[in-house]
Amino acid sequence: MDEEKKLIYLDNAATTKTAPEVVEAMLPYFSELYGNPSSVYSFSQKSKEAITKARETIAKSLGARTEEIYFTAGGSEADNWALKATAEAYRQKGNHIITTKIEHHAVLHTCQWLEKQGYEVTYLDVDEFGTVKLDQLKKAIRPTTILISIMFANNEIGTIQPVEEIGQIAKEHGILFHTDAVQAFGQMPIQVDELHIDMLSSSAHKLNGPKGIGFLYIRKGVKIRNFVHGGAQERKRRAGTENVPGIVGYGAAVERAMRTMDERIAKEKELRDYLIGRILKEVPYTRLNGHRTKRLANNMNFSFQFIEGESLLIMLDMDGICGSSGSACTSGSLDPSHVLLAIGLPHEIAHGSLRLTLSDETTKEELDYVAESVKKIVEKLRGMSPLYEDFLRGH
Amino acid sequence: MYSDKVMDHFQNPRNVGEIEGASGVGTVGNAKCGDIMRIYLDIDDNQVIQDVKFKTFGCGAAVATSSMATELVKGKTIYEALQVTNKAVMEALDGLPPVKVHCSLLAEEAIHAALWDYAEKHNIKIEGLEKPKSDIHEGEEEEGEAY
Repeated sequence: MDEEKKLIYLDNAATTKTAPEVVEAMLPYFSELYGNPSSVYSFSQKSKEAITKARETIAKSLGARTEEIYFTAGGSEADNWALKATAEAYRQKGNHIITTKIEHHAVLHTCQWLEKQGYEVTYLDVDEFGTVKLDQLKKAIRPTTILISIMFANNEIGTIQPVEEIGQIAKEHGILFHTDAVQAFGQMPIQVDELHIDMLSSSAHKLNGPKGIGFLYIRKGVKIRNFVHGGAQERKRRAGTENVPGIVGYGAAVERAMRTMDERIAKEKELRDYLIGRILKEVPYTRLNGHRTKRLANNMNFSFQFIEGESLLIMLDMDGICGSSGSACTSGSLDPSHVLLAIGLPHEIAHGSLRLTLSDETTKEELDYVAESVKKIVEKLRGMSPLYEDFLRGH
Repeated sequence: MYSDKVMDHFQNPRNVGEIEGASGVGTVGNAKCGDIMRIYLDIDDNQVIQDVKFKTFGCGAAVATSSMATELVKGKTIYEALQVTNKAVMEALDGLPPVKVHCSLLAEEAIHAALWDYAEKHNIKIEGLEKPKSDIHEGEEEEGEAY
């Protein structure tokens, strides 16, 4: 046990390793090409050009125009901006927003804040797989509905939403459609026109880019208030000197993500299905959360009955495995994950969840080790669980 | 986030298991909140705790506090065991993160619940022991908001 244990990082939905080629692309923009992009001299123009290039790469990846990409400090900021600024700009039209019960807290807590400001929010249910019900969405639309905000793919259970249909419904009703694509962007092809997306949030560190940089795609013509007042950066909508290395890094990460996407998805899906198969077959009283096929290529989410998630995570950590859980103990509240409750899991089963998210560096050997470790740990924890004891006794 | 002592008791929990025909069994907590502790006591005619076992569904701190609580009451009289407070359990573990203090309370309650069960089964009254307020059926109120 004393030897240096190999780290098996399976928490890529939390954050990813910044790819070496991304770091390399960023490095010159710290100490060499450090000019402020807003300055006039030619030295600074290099910074400006680098930003333009990154913006072009990102816009192209979405089928968007460069002037529709607005850099932010990350996904949460993009979500906040999309919701608050649209709500304000369209107040004349109405005060109703539709979202879901399984959004990231960056959307949910913003919606709750908007409710305190007098907006009305409908939180749509999802089915047992975590998919939004389109008929419920249609029924929720009111004459005062100004925005539909539904995530592209869920961060916990990986379920991919019927975004095209949602976009179509929004378009038919003349309602703006925002999607939090923080987990999906770079993990699957997204074309904003085909999917009728008006706004899209993303974050670089989820796709092997640096932390602290994201963007909000805002379709041309969408009225949206300025988010940060100050200088003329980001078409005056988000003031502040640009995070040039971050933006360059994001551009490089997107370039990489698009280049490797097909191969990466195929590889991750195969590995994902391999581990899902092993765990479900070899660990009894286990379920897979989320949709079996309509899920992110790198996402797995299991519930192991009779055990609690934090204990599982600590024991996995002792085996060098990084994962995450929707148990209350990991969220700092008494309730387990709102996503797991929304798909109908009882509390005690939601507490026993484990999310593992792959990267393109994950190997089958690593997953074999993980499968053995999970089996051993679940057995150990069940051995000390009063719930399992009751179950065996037929209570 | 956890002290070395907590990690030790989590990784190598003492006294895990069940006691068939135990003198007293107490179960506290509820699955909804993610913590259930069950303590088994084997108490001899001199009211000394000869053996103690536990089973816990819960986080690292819940397992560690159960384990430490069993260590602290083993070999003690029921009156000495009654004096084992959650504070004593926490101190013996070199502290707990603030969000985990409730785990130590649960450990204290589990001991009390097992003593209560013993007292009821043997038709005695243990001075200073109150009926445990928390059990696994508590807290099954209506579903709260999910967030």
